[in-house]
Amino acid sequence: MGKPIVNYSKIHKSFGDVDVLKGINLDIKPGEKVALIGPSGSGKTTIIRMLMTLEQPTSGTILVNGENLWQMEKKGQLVPSDDKHLHAIRGDIGMVFQHFNLFPHMTIVENCMLAPALAKKNDKKEVKIQAVEMLEKVGLGDKINLYPAQLSGGQKQRVAMARALMMKPKVMLFDEVTSALDPELVGEVLEVIRDLAKEGEMAMILVTHEMDFALDIADRILFLNEGVIEEEGPPSELLVNPKSERLQDFLARFNKR
Amino acid sequence: MTWDWGVFFEVIPLIFKGLWITIGLTIACYLFAMIFGFFWVFVARIPSKTISWIFRWIAEFIRSTPPLVQLFFIFYAWPMVPVVGVTLNPFVAAILGLGLHFSTYLSEVYRSGIESVDKGQWEASTALNLSTKQKWLKIILPQAIPPTIPMLGNYLIIMFKEVPLASTIGVVAMLHMANDYGAQHWKYVEPLTVVALFFLLLSYPSALLISKLEKKYNRRFDKKTISTL
Repeated sequence: MGKPIVNYSKIHKSFGDVDVLKGINLDIKPGEKVALIGPSGSGKTTIIRMLMTLEQPTSGTILVNGENLWQMEKKGQLVPSDDKHLHAIRGDIGMVFQHFNLFPHMTIVENCMLAPALAKKNDKKEVKIQAVEMLEKVGLGDKINLYPAQLSGGQKQRVAMARALMMKPKVMLFDEVTSALDPELVGEVLEVIRDLAKEGEMAMILVTHEMDFALDIADRILFLNEGVIEEEGPPSELLVNPKSERLQDFLARFNKR
Repeated sequence: MTWDWGVFFEVIPLIFKGLWITIGLTIACYLFAMIFGFFWVFVARIPSKTISWIFRWIAEFIRSTPPLVQLFFIFYAWPMVPVVGVTLNPFVAAILGLGLHFSTYLSEVYRSGIESVDKGQWEASTALNLSTKQKWLKIILPQAIPPTIPMLGNYLIIMFKEVPLASTIGVVAMLHMANDYGAQHWKYVEPLTVVALFFLLLSYPSALLISKLEKKYNRRFDKKTISTL
């Protein structure tokens, strides 16, 4: 499938004395769907937050489309990235958060329009047409003028997805997007993600606790444990015949619930 | 002493003229304080710990000393400071003195508003690739400032009531005029009563207006739902 769109190499991350990630090497191919599973505190979320530039790795490099994300060349030397450098690369990445993080002071269509209208000097009317189309796609075409506070959790999360999609990212990150939802609202959100996965061209990295869902849509599953990728493989193999004892334990605990 | 209605009605138009100067000075001081308040917020966020610490200490110093002392310093002592010292006219000195003093209070109000904005709002702005300026202007400040409007309004009223301090350095506003009248005619009760009435007439409706604004902004998105967005 050609060269990877995202490459992590020897990524370490510590918060104070705590080593969260201890050497992550990972390639994501264009259009690939990868699910990250593992116990809480294993560093799953930190992996995608570093790609979204919300956390800086302690050491190692992340390449996006072959470009070094956290370092840049200045006068022949590698220095930490400045805002401009991050801004230039970040446009290819989108993210959906556990707690939605919609902008409460704007209607949902304004939430979707804001970034594209500011980013490129796009025609506002054109952006609005796209935003409405996007909201229709996630099943909220009749609610475009409501404020986030007027929506259910599942609806908010679908708005958050529409908002991220407006930027046409090449890689979309999902950070436990159903964890904050009431159980009966999980389905509608997973449905939208499943549709997106079918469209295919966008790479997706999902941090998730929904094993059945991961099995269903992921091309590859990574099992993270104590800051390292303990095991990886296609879902059918990894979830059905786990090799490492830790993954067996993890899955056993999951199935008991 | 007898209350003289004749004097009372005679001083009303006179002090009314001073009222406009008091209002003008209040607005000028407040605008200065509002703009300079952002300066303190900005310097507190400078990555260099030393610089932000120095400015935090300066702000603390200004906040903790009486505005009257600051006014006297700016008006009487500042011109004697070598090199940077300049003589200011009383009006400008009052704007600088009171404006600076209140800017340190307003910066605390701004800070509390900014800190009340959920961390997720910053992260979502980053994820949507907004620039630093866009984050502040479109996302953070529109959420940080409205909840602080009642507090900002209260400071406006407090400042309005502190503006007569400016008469001590010779700004001829309401209080000064009443005092002059008293000295000339040996009648203090009526003119000073008129001054007090004018203050009441402006402060009280302003307080009502502020509580109205508070309700209006709270209706826009109620607080409980914000934390779960």
